[in-house]
Amino acid sequence: MMKMLMFGGAAALILSTAATAAAPSDPQIAHIAYTAGQIDIAAGKQALARSHDKRVRAFAQEMVRDHQAVNVKALALVKKLHVTPEANPTSAALSKGAAAKLKELARLHGRAFDRAYVRNEVAYHRTVNGALRDTLIPGARNGELKSLLETGLTLFTEHQKHAEHVAAELR
Amino acid sequence: MRSGRLGLGASAAVAAALALVPPASAAPRVYTVVIDKMRFGPAPVGLHVGDRIVWANKDFLRHSATAADRSFDVDLPAGKAGAVMLRKAGAIAVACKFHPGMKLQLNVAT
Repeated sequence: MMKMLMFGGAAALILSTAATAAAPSDPQIAHIAYTAGQIDIAAGKQALARSHDKRVRAFAQEMVRDHQAVNVKALALVKKLHVTPEANPTSAALSKGAAAKLKELARLHGRAFDRAYVRNEVAYHRTVNGALRDTLIPGARNGELKSLLETGLTLFTEHQKHAEHVAAELR
Repeated sequence: MRSGRLGLGASAAVAAALALVPPASAAPRVYTVVIDKMRFGPAPVGLHVGDRIVWANKDFLRHSATAADRSFDVDLPAGKAGAVMLRKAGAIAVACKFHPGMKLQLNVAT
């Protein structure tokens, strides 16, 4: 249980540290949001390769589809705004944590994988949504970036509910 | 002259009355509900059986307009629209099957 929640917990620590550090700039916010999306796409693809559960696969497909759509939109927006997403310690720490989680989940099979994947999705969305609400959205200076992040928060709140629903079914 | 004016006024009054009370067999109408930023736009008012609703998905995400009573289920890829005809009267709860927090209620009269 502790291990399963570890990545979500680590992400929470990373993102709350970002909140207390100097306020991130728009290029950094764009980079963090994009990275967070890529992480969930990779997690979803791993689940599609490993899970045979219909509910888990439907959820993973939704994650890949929605997060890809958001990131395509995000890339188009930064191009339009002539903003170059800027790598930063928060993004780097998120990526590092996600790589460790992928490796950990790769060792699990069947029901154990399904439970661990979905449980992490609950924790991860909770963390990312908290960061969007408390740090990234209030910090965004550009109106269009802010608006995209707000739509993202509405969307990812749906994902969080969906993940919680699947987690309860797998219990 | 005088009676002519009166006649004109009277026919205008009849026309106005007709406009206020359309016959029961009023031509079906088409309404558009826009979906944007993870939300359904406002539900059209004055819906009747036989009317059509065009669901216009302006979002960059795939959505659906799915009736809880299963009377319709329209898949709405990003940027696409789909239409349904309202075939029965009553309150119809509509949601996006991919994002169930997106909801709308239609009230359809006979």
